[in-house]
Amino acid sequence: MTLLEDLQHITEEEEEKDSKFKYHINICVAAGCLSSQSDVIKKTLQDEVNKCGLAEVCKVKGVGCMGPCSGGPVVALAESGVLYEHVKVEDCAEIVKSLEGKPVERLVQSTDTPFFKRQVKIVLENCGKIDPESITDYIAAGGYRALTHALAEMTPVEVVEEVKKSGLRGRGGAGYPTGLKWSTVAKAQSSGRKFVVCNADEGDPGAFMDRSVLESDPHRVLEGMAIAGYAVAADMGYVYVRAEYPLAIKRLKTAIKQAEQQGVLGNDICGTNFSFHVEIRLGAGAFVCGEETALLASIEGNRGQPRPRPPFPAIKGLWDRPTLINNVETFGNIAPIIRNGGEWFAGIGTEKSKGTKVFALAGKVQNTGLIEVPMGVTLREIVFDIGGGIPDGRSYKAVQTGGPSGGCIPAEHLDLPVDYESLARVGSIMGSGGMIVMDDTSNMVDVAKFFMEFCMTESCGKCVPCRVGTAQMYDLLTKMTEKRATPRDLALLEELCEVVKNTSLCGLGQTAPNPVLSTLEYFRHEYYEAITGGIPAGPAVEAVS
Amino acid sequence: MSANLKTKPALPSADKRWKIVDATMRRHGYRSDSLIEVLHTVQEAFGYLDEVAMKFVAGSLRIPPSKVYGVASFYQFFTLRPPGRRTCVVCMGTACYIKGAANLLAAVAEHYNVKPGETTADGELSLITARCFGSCGLAPAAVIDGNVAGKLNVADMLERIKEGAQNDAA
Repeated sequence: MTLLEDLQHITEEEEEKDSKFKYHINICVAAGCLSSQSDVIKKTLQDEVNKCGLAEVCKVKGVGCMGPCSGGPVVALAESGVLYEHVKVEDCAEIVKSLEGKPVERLVQSTDTPFFKRQVKIVLENCGKIDPESITDYIAAGGYRALTHALAEMTPVEVVEEVKKSGLRGRGGAGYPTGLKWSTVAKAQSSGRKFVVCNADEGDPGAFMDRSVLESDPHRVLEGMAIAGYAVAADMGYVYVRAEYPLAIKRLKTAIKQAEQQGVLGNDICGTNFSFHVEIRLGAGAFVCGEETALLASIEGNRGQPRPRPPFPAIKGLWDRPTLINNVETFGNIAPIIRNGGEWFAGIGTEKSKGTKVFALAGKVQNTGLIEVPMGVTLREIVFDIGGGIPDGRSYKAVQTGGPSGGCIPAEHLDLPVDYESLARVGSIMGSGGMIVMDDTSNMVDVAKFFMEFCMTESCGKCVPCRVGTAQMYDLLTKMTEKRATPRDLALLEELCEVVKNTSLCGLGQTAPNPVLSTLEYFRHEYYEAITGGIPAGPAVEAVS
Repeated sequence: MSANLKTKPALPSADKRWKIVDATMRRHGYRSDSLIEVLHTVQEAFGYLDEVAMKFVAGSLRIPPSKVYGVASFYQFFTLRPPGRRTCVVCMGTACYIKGAANLLAAVAEHYNVKPGETTADGELSLITARCFGSCGLAPAAVIDGNVAGKLNVADMLERIKEGAQNDAA
């Protein structure tokens, strides 16, 4: 039996098994909901189902992230489409009893809201639907078909062309065209091996897209990596994942083991002579390792310090071999592109930014959680329609994108379409997808100080501008928040921003001034207040109680 | 190459945990690039990296102790001092910060008389800050004794830590 027939067989079996169940209760077991004890609720639901004698007709399944993280634990009834939020152990009996009748009104969260309606799910299409710890579930949802299709019907060159046609750009933040990167690695001459690396060192504070994808649909990432391996002729892949994500690591490990058993990873995949193995490498809490050359140093067992480029990793990467490095979300887009064609993907989004983008929406916004929207939607739609606006009767002040490398975008730019170029034009970046909404209680000098402290601590120390410059800028910002600053300090801060930006070795230093520069541009009066002491800049935030 | 680099060093003691560490190194063929993976195993087994462990790993992987120390001290995740019996990790990510994580941290530090990054004098509680758990939807969040707690205020936070101590005692 060929692998494709095998996958078909598994799918049919799963469908037959599933057809016996009249009801499916899906409960989120990704980290967000797990931290509000969704595992206990899953068990209680199963107990209740058993108690009511419904075990034959009702399946309780743990699934990945469904998005509305602030409503956790989230439970969904697959058949009726009813979504329950803030489910407690005491509610379980009632939920099971109500399966045949009316839903439990007090827990129902309407899905007829912009939060759900405005989203377009490509990367997250399986999240919240399949069991992340079951390869058969992934296969039944169409998984690994793109890989078998690529291996059986396409040449490596055709795969690269398809990705080029899609217009996909790197989702780690910089937006480098993915197809171009693939073709560089594919063309790179190598006497030995080539490597594929998945960057899952999601270090931006406020970003949890990659974690959610790995926790909710790990096979999707493996499939993307294997297709990449085929396209660039690599036989080995590494997933560099943060040690701070234990659940993601566990599910990824399970997924790799299952994929090897199934024969979709390993030697001679699909009866071809293409072999691809994947190993996990753990990060160890260094933000700079998100930078590709630092990441490679870390995989090689060294201090995660970047080196000058060129040579780019595509030519000289891991152990000096050509290495393809893409982010989790980028790999998450590959299987659908191969399945549906590059043109289909290019039909979504804007002229220069194709497809969708996953954002982690957090901060002072009504609906926090994980969302996926087509490129080109406006910030206003994200914050006010999908996000439901600012809570507690406060008003919008800024949205921060791109983490410590990004900027704060004020109200005047709320109608900006979200794509790589537009965000860069207003002094921020797309970044990996963290989106933190701030209300009028946030002081922007304090926010700039927060990010500078981050960059200062995370600077690897290799180059002087970053190591010394960030510390100096932090001191100046501290002086300002403590109202000890003089006008000269502000001038010095601005000068330092330019120096650090223009002379640092890697992206960390080059972008470290961004939060200061963007707040200087849009909220300059707050810096003036910090100097003259007219209005206290003080601690920016009050605890939410 | 001196003789002691050619032979692998003996396990530092009869402690069974060294066998786990050795097994990890064996799985990686004692390759020097497995250093970070091995240090993760040591920290998981012993809770921290001490000099004995670092020297043992250096000898086994045939790399200079200075490099092992260099790597161990570079990465924030590795700790060179024993952790407290209980830990409280406060997330200082952006979402948590703008929702008042600094106040949570200050309150715990004051209540237990411990500085962030350090352990109380009696070795009971380690107060740690984290870059971001990625639990931004639950901001402000903390991990208390391995359990994530979200949407915290100062009173909740202190209560949770106290609860943990009582469970420990029981």
